[in-house]
Amino acid sequence: MSEIEMKVNGKSVKGDAEGRTLLSSFLREELRLTGTHVGCDTSQCGACVVHVDGVAVKSCTMLAADAAGADVTTIEGMANADGSLSVIQAAFQEHHGLQCGFCTPGMVMSAAALLKENPKPSEAEIRHYLEGNICRCTGYHNIVKSVLAASGQLDESGGAIAAE
Amino acid sequence: MPKDNGIGAAPKRREDLRFLTGKGRYTDDINIAGQAHAYFLRSDVAHGTINSIDTAAAAGMDGVVSILTAADFEAAGGIPCGWCVTDRHGQPMKEPKHPILAEGKVRHVGDPIAMIIADTLEQARDAAEAINVDITELPAVVDMSTALDAGATKVHDEFDDNLCYDWTFGSDDAAVEEAFSKAAHITTLELVNNRLVANPMEPRVAVGDYTSHNDESTLYTTSQNPHVIRLLMGAFVLGIPEHKLRVVAPDVGGGFGAKIYHYAEEAACTLAAKLCGRPVKWTSSRSEAFMSDAHGRDHITKMELALDADNNFIGIRTDTLANMGAYLSTFAPSIPTYLHGTLMAGNYKTPVVQVNVKSIFTTTVPVDAYRGAGRPEATFQLERIVDMAARELGVSPIDLRNQNFISKDMFPYATPVAVEYDTGDYHATLAKGADLADVAGFDARAAASAANGKLRGLGVAHFIEACGIAPSALVGQLGARAGLYESATVRVNATGGLVVMTGSHSHGQGHETTFPQVVAEMIGIDESMVEIVHGDTANTPMGMGTYGSRSLAVGGSAIVRATEKIINKAKKIAAHLMEAAEGDIELKDGTFSVAGTDKSIAWGDVALTAYVPHNYPLEDLEPGLEETAFYDPANFTYPAGAYICEVEVDPDTGKVDVLNFTAADDFGNVVNPMIVAGQVHGGIVQGIGQALLENCSYDENGQLLSASFMDYTMPRADDIPFMTVDHSCVTPCTHNPLGVKGCGEAGAIGSPPAVVNAVLDALHRGGHNVPHIDMPLTPSRVWSAMNG
Repeated sequence: MSEIEMKVNGKSVKGDAEGRTLLSSFLREELRLTGTHVGCDTSQCGACVVHVDGVAVKSCTMLAADAAGADVTTIEGMANADGSLSVIQAAFQEHHGLQCGFCTPGMVMSAAALLKENPKPSEAEIRHYLEGNICRCTGYHNIVKSVLAASGQLDESGGAIAAE
Repeated sequence: MPKDNGIGAAPKRREDLRFLTGKGRYTDDINIAGQAHAYFLRSDVAHGTINSIDTAAAAGMDGVVSILTAADFEAAGGIPCGWCVTDRHGQPMKEPKHPILAEGKVRHVGDPIAMIIADTLEQARDAAEAINVDITELPAVVDMSTALDAGATKVHDEFDDNLCYDWTFGSDDAAVEEAFSKAAHITTLELVNNRLVANPMEPRVAVGDYTSHNDESTLYTTSQNPHVIRLLMGAFVLGIPEHKLRVVAPDVGGGFGAKIYHYAEEAACTLAAKLCGRPVKWTSSRSEAFMSDAHGRDHITKMELALDADNNFIGIRTDTLANMGAYLSTFAPSIPTYLHGTLMAGNYKTPVVQVNVKSIFTTTVPVDAYRGAGRPEATFQLERIVDMAARELGVSPIDLRNQNFISKDMFPYATPVAVEYDTGDYHATLAKGADLADVAGFDARAAASAANGKLRGLGVAHFIEACGIAPSALVGQLGARAGLYESATVRVNATGGLVVMTGSHSHGQGHETTFPQVVAEMIGIDESMVEIVHGDTANTPMGMGTYGSRSLAVGGSAIVRATEKIINKAKKIAAHLMEAAEGDIELKDGTFSVAGTDKSIAWGDVALTAYVPHNYPLEDLEPGLEETAFYDPANFTYPAGAYICEVEVDPDTGKVDVLNFTAADDFGNVVNPMIVAGQVHGGIVQGIGQALLENCSYDENGQLLSASFMDYTMPRADDIPFMTVDHSCVTPCTHNPLGVKGCGEAGAIGSPPAVVNAVLDALHRGGHNVPHIDMPLTPSRVWSAMNG
């Protein structure tokens, strides 16, 4: 066990971690930030995506020790300062981009990373980017719509997409 | 103008605020002070005799609290099965014991052998590696087609063979022989309905807790039906009466059937907490989920369809081998029988239908309901054989369906397989689907694809399912060991707000949003005045939970009945306050008024009076405003719909791309169209997954080859197009108060045959006469079929 420090959602935090402790476990078990979810053990599902120094990372594939000193953002840090939903979060609610909510933190974090890289992604670009995030509930339809909406590419009636 | 409140509105979901901000509370988010962690050592062979389990070295390792094996569970019962199917000779099915931990033998890869409890999960895993299990391996039983052969290895030594039951249903042999003897054409289809893994994104978790001062056990678990778990585990496994056992299922991260059943880990953690004097937590890894969550489907079927000279369907006969796996999961025996055979008439007026099913024990993970549960298997074979017949006869698959559909003036319609459909208009849904999918314009699109070197195909399927399970007396006759009602308590608080406690439980369906819409509509108040409580046996009435697309049809009906009782009592109070006859009281927009007068009183004033009964008819009426209702449905509900898929096949690689998918469903009345559309989207993609991608595969030694997301192909965002879903064709259910039918499983039921029919249509248009390909239609299977 050793103590490691990092910045999470803007606050400096410390916690104990073994050498083998994954960042996902450190966030969930040590910091009790349970919004980051673990849905697999092969780095496939993406429910655990967080941002480390601004880059989307599957936190189950990174050792907590490797994130020492880093600036980490989790789903708990995504809302606006006043607690209201950010544009991406609000779009997911508006367009029913989540059902059971388990994959949602990772989806939102991946979508945020996508829009940072590519503010107006096409449908195909969104689908390709989210390929590393598995959702079993929504069939992705409303997730893709949510990301299109968050990037300002849908009008109120769902405009750019004919099918509802 | 769309409504913004009540039935038919699409308010944003309340659940989303916590799910989108990381504040959901799933079972794995629960950590109780002092908790220890459990790890299950599981069999890595499919079948074998356990000679010894040496835990001595492991028991002394750092942090180890306790190591439990079957001997520690001797006083406990086996995991019970909730449905006893009677075979064709009137005999009950074979029902082997399903121990919590393996007793003497292991019967599938993943069968739990020992439970290691330690201060940390890592310590428990380290200790598991130090346990020495000596197993003499026995031959695996994997292939159903040889599992019944004389001399085949037996999964359960106490039985004569691996047959769980041999069941027949529907028309008798003489009627079938007569129909087939008159046939002008018989189409025969042999197929495999591929084994699937439900894979809700949240793996299963169980946290057991025990307080000695009151001898009370609590289980936190990932369940679709906490009351069912409490009943099964308390009464049959651990012998704990309900008032000493609480089961809590907080936010549940998807289920799709896999979280209906009572699992060994739940009982183990509950008992271990008492034995160790500490809370015990187990969290499944995904690899563990693949070898311990109940699987779905897995049928081998031969089906025959007899047609007369005018292409009317005159007879159906099916023979199915259904895989039960190594033990009987909670509802497993009912899936290939009463949830499968009863739907074999489909949407058609075929007068003779006979279904035969042999269910078989194998050394594989138990198989039970997965989204649709028996109905996708029935729909797949029926909608494939209808397409196949159309191809053989040279007629349009749409025309052949329309010709044989039960027409809307024939309802209620009693099928030859026992069920009576109440309403439907299949011609309307098929026409709607064909219109939305622009079937008329398909040939031009196919020509464009051909110009690009691609083969384009159009596939149609029309499904029916039985939802809203189920009438308790009927299922009792069929072998169910439970009632299938649902419950609700509606509590009006003194200042007028309402709390609805329901036995249904949401695992993504948005009940916290839709159920208030129903209550708000009935009273005429804003939805924000209604709160839903669910998922905890301590504060909800006994209810059967959420599966089989039953929550609104059965649970919602219970809420309606309880709310009706509330309104009736509130009217009595209002009549007293306004000095009017009860029969003259009207409730509209949250206000009680006296018909024909300007007298009125607000909802909140009546509620307050019920709890501050200063001016109140106490001699006739109890104070308070809280009512409970149990609703037992009179019949199943019968959603139906047309599913139309358009694909492109790359002839060089066999790769299939789904280009368009259209669903035109009749779900009866719809409470929240946004949520209904979402349910259909998700179901369709699970169906596309079955048709093209997903396959749970065992080798001949019973090793599970597909035990991770790297081997089991889940649909991903780039496998799927936008879908067109419609539910504007409405024939309301006639026997529940909301006129609703259920929408949760439809997508997964209707889509697989539409996809396969589309691929085969594409191949046919490309000159490849391929009658059938078994799912999943991977590039290699498609390419091989094309290249003979």
